[in-house]
Amino acid sequence: MFDKPFFPRQVVESPPNKWDWALLPLVLGILVLLAYGGSQMARPYQVGETLPLSLDPIVLPYYLMRTTLRMFLALGCSLVFACVFAVLAAKYKAAEKVLVPLLDILQSIPILGFLSITVTGFIALFPGNLFGVECAAIFAIFTSQAWNMAFSVYQSMRTVPAELKEAGRVFQLSGWQRFWRLELPFAMPGLLWNMMMSMSGGWFFVVAAEAISVSNQSIRLPGVGSYISLAIEQKNLGAIGWAIAGMLVGIILYDQLFFRPLLAWADKFRFEEGSNEHAPQSWLLAWLRRTDRVQAMTNQAFALLERSFVVFKRDYDGTSIRARAKPIDPRIERVWDTVLAAAVLLAVYRLVGFVHGEVGWGEVAHVFVLGFYTMIRVLVLIALAAAVWVPIGIWIGMNPLWSGRLQAVAQFLAAFPVNLVFPIVVVFIVHWHLNPNLWLSPLMVLGTQWYILFNVIAGASTVPTELRYAAQNLGLTGWLKWKRYLLPAVFPSFVTGAITASGGSWNASIVSEYVSWGSTTLQAQGLGSYIAHMTAVGDFPRIALGIGVMCVFVMGMNHFVWRRLYRLAEDRMHF
Amino acid sequence: MAQAIVELKGVGKSFRSADGTARSVLEGVDFRLAEGEIVSLLGQSGSGKSTMLRIMAGLIGVDGGEVRYRDQPLFGPARGISMVFQSFALFPWLTVQQNVELGLEARGVAPAERARRAVAAIELIGLAGFEGALPRELSGGMRQRVGIARALVVEPEVLLMDEAFSALDVLTGERLREDILDLWRRRAMPTKAILVVSHNIEEAVLMADRVLIFASDPGRVRFQLAVQLPRPRDPDSPNVRALIDEVYALMTAGSGRAGRRGEEPVVTNLAERLPEADIGRMEGLLERLVDDAFNGRADLPKLAEDTALTDDELLPLAQALSLLGLARLADGDLHITPLGRRYVDGEHTLRQEIFGQQLLTHVPLAAHIRHSLEQEPSGELSDKPFLRLLSESLDAAEAERVLGTAIEWGRHGEVYEYDFHTGLIHLPAGDTEAESA
Repeated sequence: MFDKPFFPRQVVESPPNKWDWALLPLVLGILVLLAYGGSQMARPYQVGETLPLSLDPIVLPYYLMRTTLRMFLALGCSLVFACVFAVLAAKYKAAEKVLVPLLDILQSIPILGFLSITVTGFIALFPGNLFGVECAAIFAIFTSQAWNMAFSVYQSMRTVPAELKEAGRVFQLSGWQRFWRLELPFAMPGLLWNMMMSMSGGWFFVVAAEAISVSNQSIRLPGVGSYISLAIEQKNLGAIGWAIAGMLVGIILYDQLFFRPLLAWADKFRFEEGSNEHAPQSWLLAWLRRTDRVQAMTNQAFALLERSFVVFKRDYDGTSIRARAKPIDPRIERVWDTVLAAAVLLAVYRLVGFVHGEVGWGEVAHVFVLGFYTMIRVLVLIALAAAVWVPIGIWIGMNPLWSGRLQAVAQFLAAFPVNLVFPIVVVFIVHWHLNPNLWLSPLMVLGTQWYILFNVIAGASTVPTELRYAAQNLGLTGWLKWKRYLLPAVFPSFVTGAITASGGSWNASIVSEYVSWGSTTLQAQGLGSYIAHMTAVGDFPRIALGIGVMCVFVMGMNHFVWRRLYRLAEDRMHF
Repeated sequence: MAQAIVELKGVGKSFRSADGTARSVLEGVDFRLAEGEIVSLLGQSGSGKSTMLRIMAGLIGVDGGEVRYRDQPLFGPARGISMVFQSFALFPWLTVQQNVELGLEARGVAPAERARRAVAAIELIGLAGFEGALPRELSGGMRQRVGIARALVVEPEVLLMDEAFSALDVLTGERLREDILDLWRRRAMPTKAILVVSHNIEEAVLMADRVLIFASDPGRVRFQLAVQLPRPRDPDSPNVRALIDEVYALMTAGSGRAGRRGEEPVVTNLAERLPEADIGRMEGLLERLVDDAFNGRADLPKLAEDTALTDDELLPLAQALSLLGLARLADGDLHITPLGRRYVDGEHTLRQEIFGQQLLTHVPLAAHIRHSLEQEPSGELSDKPFLRLLSESLDAAEAERVLGTAIEWGRHGEVYEYDFHTGLIHLPAGDTEAESA
């Protein structure tokens, strides 16, 4: 079957249709941009050299292209990472024992932590070339995108319905076939949603990732992040405005050209029954489906995948001796557990030694107190945001006229990098001589509050109509109506939103507790500003300490607050 | 004697429950599926019939005994054995044709050949024209047709059907069953033997050459019944009716202490599998029973028809009534007892009193809960210890179900009450020793 020509006949013989011609400029344009951006990423570079940067709005599209390219490269890496991680963790118990806790820790490490530790290594990897620095930036963006995607795929792979798994086995699917035909499609909706979330998360840290200022090295890669960083340094409010506009255009562009078509295409992977009234639509996908050549090429790609199924098929069935279940020796399992326990003990020993020798226990206590301040900020602000947005969300969700439109707006707002408005806040605080400890705090939830809003909207719009009628019929009013009907009805979706918002706020604290504008730097007392400050100074032991303590806090909150609320919501309050 | 395709010899299987104790699901099952026959497996839920089907499919390994396919030991799913699932198990992101092609694709069949065979199978099962549809666009009956086409296209020797019609409405299920029997009779499919797991007695009798009835705890073959009627079989013919009656009698034999037959041992442990019976339906059934139409004695198949209940809904109800001494099961008939009459004639309070009384006398678990509560000064206990007690001999889901039934019955009989939010079982308010049995 491999003697067929690689190109299908219709590509050679039939002329492209009008849709192909119309699409051609778009495709060519994207290809040229990719090629140019790629060549710029790998040009010669010596450490210490400053790359030319300009605040002229004309260069902004170019910077936007560079930044987007980086983000998509990081997204690609995250995708591969997520799949490999999920397959390993879901298939091998021994791997699962290490990987899942490891990911739990990794995802609570703030992105700056990765950057400060890895940047020198990446530069050394490609001496005399800019690509090393690019890699460091891409890696930093990757760390802000990969973890939730990996968790999403892993969760999905573990929750594939039993009968589908059995069908896969009865019909002799090999591991490779099962991954492409069953596991990945099943994981697709969750994965896509997390990819979009990751992309938004990436924008938030793009300044930190591109304007690398670690251990007294200051490298600014051409990109929107560096543009903003330069604008902040030069107190150029106009340039900030341009950057905001540029980012908006960028977000709209990749939303329309990439995520919309992908979402519309992936609608078939929905597992729930029934037709979706709000099936995502995309003009680009509709256009692509009308083309001839583009269609033929994608079909060719899928055919290639299907050919791999022939290569990686099962070559024996249940009657073969090879199918016999080999009992795992319990001793091997015990040895593995012992090795893990030993590794953990060693790590604890080293940690204690490190803290004792390098920073001292007083510092540790101090950092824990700072962490406590930040925790209070997060909790109070989430509560405030809930008090504001839950009623509004319920109101919007109950009005079908508004809910569809406003939910999209809220999602868009969540994608918007709010750190762009930080400078305005700084100017405001300095002008009115306000207390930064208090007034910097709201910045933490500025970007994350939208998760609460759009989750509550989604929750409220799914309240069964009969329940609404019943509440009306019983004449529920005032506080009773809220206590017995509205709040319990949206509680599960509120918890989902609040979990995301809380995680995001911790991460955001590093950026929002330590804000600068020109030479003015405002600091709030807290763990975030501690880490940001130590990163700027380049004090590695203290960066590690701060990151470690933040991990402890985030994991503690997840374990003691959010998971319990989540379980409560799952047990008691769903329809 | 026809040649055996799949053979089970002394097969045993146990699962580990949450606390690590092994619980036996199947014990000493001997079975051979021979060429040219259709066999039905009947049994109450939890009797291990689905487990046995999955053992034959190679999906579950055995703990004891051996499984042979074509005289070879079977270690996993074999190419010659195909399966149709209760919930269809179609891949929702693949079109009808892609779903049907799945098994061929996995074997590396060339695309052209694959398409040809898939289209043929789709046509055979009556879905021509729907090749490009996604499963979610189809009705339940059509989806199961896709499931059957997918199973047949790989030309299996053995077709396993796991309650394949129970997720469909009665009419659709009947039509699909007729179509399959028609294919079988015309030898339009390459399949040499079919095994059907079912809880519909009529369906089993109409389809099978042999009906196997499973007993629970642990699952084993209790009765075997050869059906030698020519096909197609008319469900209303006296022969078929007589057979259905016989199967009902066999199925209900020995269940419920009030109407038990001599040969079955009485199980009086706490973790008895209480039939999953809803109070409202039990009362409805009793009231039906004293109606003029039945006058206190009803044939189970007739009762099923009259109440429009399926077999797996009706049988637990009948068993529960018989367990509580409100009715008696004998030879496939349900007789009302004098107490049952008093219950039906009584007011709400009297009904509750009778129910509570019977519950404490006949259901050891309820008596145990009540007794434990009376020992407590506060008169309340968490449901956890009872759940733990049950999961020593039942799996987690089953233990929860049994406790749920015990709680529902106890609430109705005002023996004890239960607060969902706190998970506490407590004595009814203002209740003293007055009601204790």
